[in-house]
Amino acid sequence: MSKLEGQIRIPSGCAISAVISKTGEKMTGEKIIESMIPMHERSNGLGGGFAGYGIYPEYKDFFALHIFFRDALSRRECEEYLKDKVEIVKQESIHVRKTPGIKDAPLIRRYFVAPMPCALAASQLDENEYIMRIVIQINTDIAGAYVFSSGKNMGIFKAVGYPEDVGRFYRLDEYEAYCWTAHGRYPTNTPGWWGGAHPFGLLDYSIVHNGEISSYDANRRFIEMFGYRCTLQTDTEVITYIADFLLRKQKLTLQEMASVIAAPFWSEIERKTDAEKEVLAYFRTVYSSLLVTGPFSIILGFTGGLMALNDRLKLRSMVTAEKGDKVLIASEEAAIRAMEPDAENIAYPAGGEPVIVRLKEGAY
Amino acid sequence: MMNTINASGADSTEINQRLSQEDGEFFIEGCLGQRFLGAGMGGGKHIRISGIPGNALGAYLNGAEIETQGNAQDAVGDTMNAGRIIIHGNVGDTAGYAMRGGKIFIRGNAGYRTGVHMKEYQRHIPVIVIGGRAGSFLGEYQAGGLIIVLGLNEDEKPIVGGFPCTGMYGGKVFLRGDARHVSFPPQVTLRPAEQGDIDEISGHLNDYCRVFGLDSSWILASPFTVITPNSKNPYKQMYVTN
Amino acid sequence: MKINYLSPEFEVVRNEDRCIKCLLCVKQCANGVYTYDETKQTIVIDETNCVNCQRCVALCPTRALKVRKNDCGLRENGNWSENTIREIFKQAGSGGILLSSMGNPEKYPVYWDKILINASQVTNPSIDPLREPMETRVFLGKKPPSMVRKEDGSIDCSLPPQLKLDVPVMFAAMSYGSVSYNVHKSLAKAAQALGTYYNSGEGGLHEDFYCYGENTVVQVASGRFGVHKNYLEAGAAIEIKMGQGAKPGIGGHLPGVKVGPDVSRTRMIPEGTDAISPAPHHDIYSIEDLRQLVISLKEATGYQKPIIVKVAAVHNIAAIASGIARSGADIIAIDGFRGGTGAAPTRIRDNVGIPIELALASVDRQLRDEGIRTNVSLIAGGSIRSSADVIKAIALGADACYIGTAALIALGCHLCRSCQKGKCNWGIATQVPELVERLDPEVGYQRLVNLITAWKREIKEMMGGMGINSIEALRGNRLMLRGVGLTQKELDILGIKHAGE
Repeated sequence: MSKLEGQIRIPSGCAISAVISKTGEKMTGEKIIESMIPMHERSNGLGGGFAGYGIYPEYKDFFALHIFFRDALSRRECEEYLKDKVEIVKQESIHVRKTPGIKDAPLIRRYFVAPMPCALAASQLDENEYIMRIVIQINTDIAGAYVFSSGKNMGIFKAVGYPEDVGRFYRLDEYEAYCWTAHGRYPTNTPGWWGGAHPFGLLDYSIVHNGEISSYDANRRFIEMFGYRCTLQTDTEVITYIADFLLRKQKLTLQEMASVIAAPFWSEIERKTDAEKEVLAYFRTVYSSLLVTGPFSIILGFTGGLMALNDRLKLRSMVTAEKGDKVLIASEEAAIRAMEPDAENIAYPAGGEPVIVRLKEGAY
Repeated sequence: MMNTINASGADSTEINQRLSQEDGEFFIEGCLGQRFLGAGMGGGKHIRISGIPGNALGAYLNGAEIETQGNAQDAVGDTMNAGRIIIHGNVGDTAGYAMRGGKIFIRGNAGYRTGVHMKEYQRHIPVIVIGGRAGSFLGEYQAGGLIIVLGLNEDEKPIVGGFPCTGMYGGKVFLRGDARHVSFPPQVTLRPAEQGDIDEISGHLNDYCRVFGLDSSWILASPFTVITPNSKNPYKQMYVTN
Repeated sequence: MKINYLSPEFEVVRNEDRCIKCLLCVKQCANGVYTYDETKQTIVIDETNCVNCQRCVALCPTRALKVRKNDCGLRENGNWSENTIREIFKQAGSGGILLSSMGNPEKYPVYWDKILINASQVTNPSIDPLREPMETRVFLGKKPPSMVRKEDGSIDCSLPPQLKLDVPVMFAAMSYGSVSYNVHKSLAKAAQALGTYYNSGEGGLHEDFYCYGENTVVQVASGRFGVHKNYLEAGAAIEIKMGQGAKPGIGGHLPGVKVGPDVSRTRMIPEGTDAISPAPHHDIYSIEDLRQLVISLKEATGYQKPIIVKVAAVHNIAAIASGIARSGADIIAIDGFRGGTGAAPTRIRDNVGIPIELALASVDRQLRDEGIRTNVSLIAGGSIRSSADVIKAIALGADACYIGTAALIALGCHLCRSCQKGKCNWGIATQVPELVERLDPEVGYQRLVNLITAWKREIKEMMGGMGINSIEALRGNRLMLRGVGLTQKELDILGIKHAGE
């Protein structure tokens, strides 16, 4: 049997795409699915997925856990574990549509949960850290169970297959989100495990990513010092943890995070103003092990916005555009045109220069 | 003008920062374990301390004078270069480790390894005077300078512990009395002090007695034993080139 | 008549046809192998004291000389090697401890040679270092656990003191006394030109070299030679020498013959006396005492200098390093058992300690497991021989490397391993003025700059091949390494996979 993600490191190439409405206007998943069709050749049918933000308004105060189970046994073990840790206000199977091209589906369930108040108090953690540890615990220790989405009012949907098939399988046309991201995967071998597909998420951060980074093990071995466990051995996973560490734990801004993971070269830093120089040199000294080298283009989704970023040499393609209140980002312009044929302000962000889009105040 | 520093609640760094700001007279009161006081400080400062200063008091001292009203802990005057440390009580272990200059005057007893690897260079001749007794390994690896033990206690205990002057290859150790009950390693020679030897230490002893209000005349009139190394290359014969 | 049990180890072959009797060999050999017999007008050769340093061979204008191993050997024996027998002869004749120099020459595994480096193919691109930016700058020192913002929201950029290296290679501690003035001058000038650091070693800092202070690490060893306030303040960093890879657990001993006027002044000890460094620091008998020494040095220098703690790689190195990382030290230097020395007891040099590769891998893993890797930077030394070794060390987890032997070889050392005699014909490990003069510091400095510049180019080439354009993305990046011919246990300790996996 071939090894799964986590047992072996699988390089992969990819396609990514995203759309966000700055006014918080809801969009069904149809368009984002369509955006992946012209980029079919960038995937190889071994993984596709989506993340939608704002999709669970009626449960927006609860963490939505999406979990794959290999069988009833792993489900029972996991639910037994969850029972003591969280209050489950609703649980259900995630409805799917029979779709040719999507096979070997595991059990896919959704739980809306809140930390058990006394357990949370005893842990002396904030609720995000508390839930994060539960997720890492399940994914590390409960065989056959895998939490693939854990944020509030957002959800990740992914499978082995081409992204457009994955989108239909999960009936994304029936969900409404103010922001969608999508991913099509081209892994270099064939484990066929659903957990290995992307986006990768932790709490409400989700990441879609294209490219194979060369700094992987330097990043992984550093970030694992802070309680993260890179069980999948994928670039996306480690980048998600880096984002969580820098944004949530170190309280950097998105722009600052970009200056860490796609840090400018020293020669560029030397040309900046003294104030900028000081901060950039500080980042390169303190967070040097979080510099990500090698090709990548990523789209980071979070509650109320998204950020797109290329590696500092810009070894991967990325195109952005606008249409009305919408911002569209994709590996290829064709994907953008598939969503909005009349998209305007087509732009090509420079390496290491983040594109940050936030919803207007109160729009989500 | 006297600067008084209240040490209670202050850490070593804060106190040292106060001391480095200006020269003059300082009084540190209520000291309780703060380490490295006076570290590396030069002349022009006279620092008096009440309470118990922490380890490495006056480390790398470079000319300042430090005086404690009571005892001091380990590593007093570690790698000290110049200046003077006066201890009105006892000191812990390894006082004067590797010191190259200046003086340490101890009114009471000194712990183990006092003056270990003390050395001298040209006009830098370090001096340690111990009023009471010294612990074992006194002057271990001593490469220079003077260590004087007066044994002014009246408790009849030996003036120095075991293994004094082990590995000594420079400098001199003076023990008041005949050192009859002390056993020394073969690399050193003992002899009763002659007038020339006494002349060498009389200045230091006069200073010492003045500081502690003692009468120097009877001390200087006492018999002393001088210990010197046999060779400044004691390990020459130990090796064969391979 | 006294029987000489030892036949000369080497044989000098002089080609009579080529020799022009210029007598350069006679003048060059400080070991007295060559003499000129005026009456017979011939060069007389006695190899008894020949160390095969190749000085005569290199300088002979007509290439008339050759030094080779004396084939008049003992009867072969798989158990009793010729070396073993010779050593017994020496000890039986003298009663002395065998004294050797330079690094362990015995055939222990060299793990660097069993580790291979990765390169990119298809799934991500390699980078051409000639055209694309390729960064080798590193900062050594403690990194703060979390970022702090000032009241106005801007970032508080203050940092504990850091060493900035333009290339992750530093010159290791070699004291003035064990090596010559001209070696120190070459190292100091080269460090300055390369944007890196050299290390004073434990013998103090010569007054002429205070001007290179910004590129100097000053060392504090158990002997505390030449240590005073100005010395501590002269360097960019202070290194506490707890141990040395070539002789873990024992002190140092510079014989009085090497303590001439200049060495005496620098070490601040009288001329002609031995300079003995005790085995331990007598103010450190336990880990909390190390903290005391570290902080005392910081107090004495106003917290402006990073403190390096140098330890020999020994069995329990991971736990030791963890203790050091909590001691307030900023940098840990680990010296493997193949590290060089000016003199060490043979048995210690050849039998004590562990390889740097395994020590480094364990230390880096331990510090990460405990979440304290950012408390300290790691410098690996103890036989780093090439830029490939540097790459492998960094991928295992080092921030930078120390080189000692490689630097001396650049200066002309031929590894004859006879430093303890003090008659180095190449002017390196000697204090004899006529010999010291043979190393021109201008030439020496240039050769060191050439060496490190070449290594830096090679490092960039290899990084580019891996698709990495900044050295920090290589640090601890063990996926870039694979083992060949290693057992599972060795792979586990190194934290790498086997080639093909």
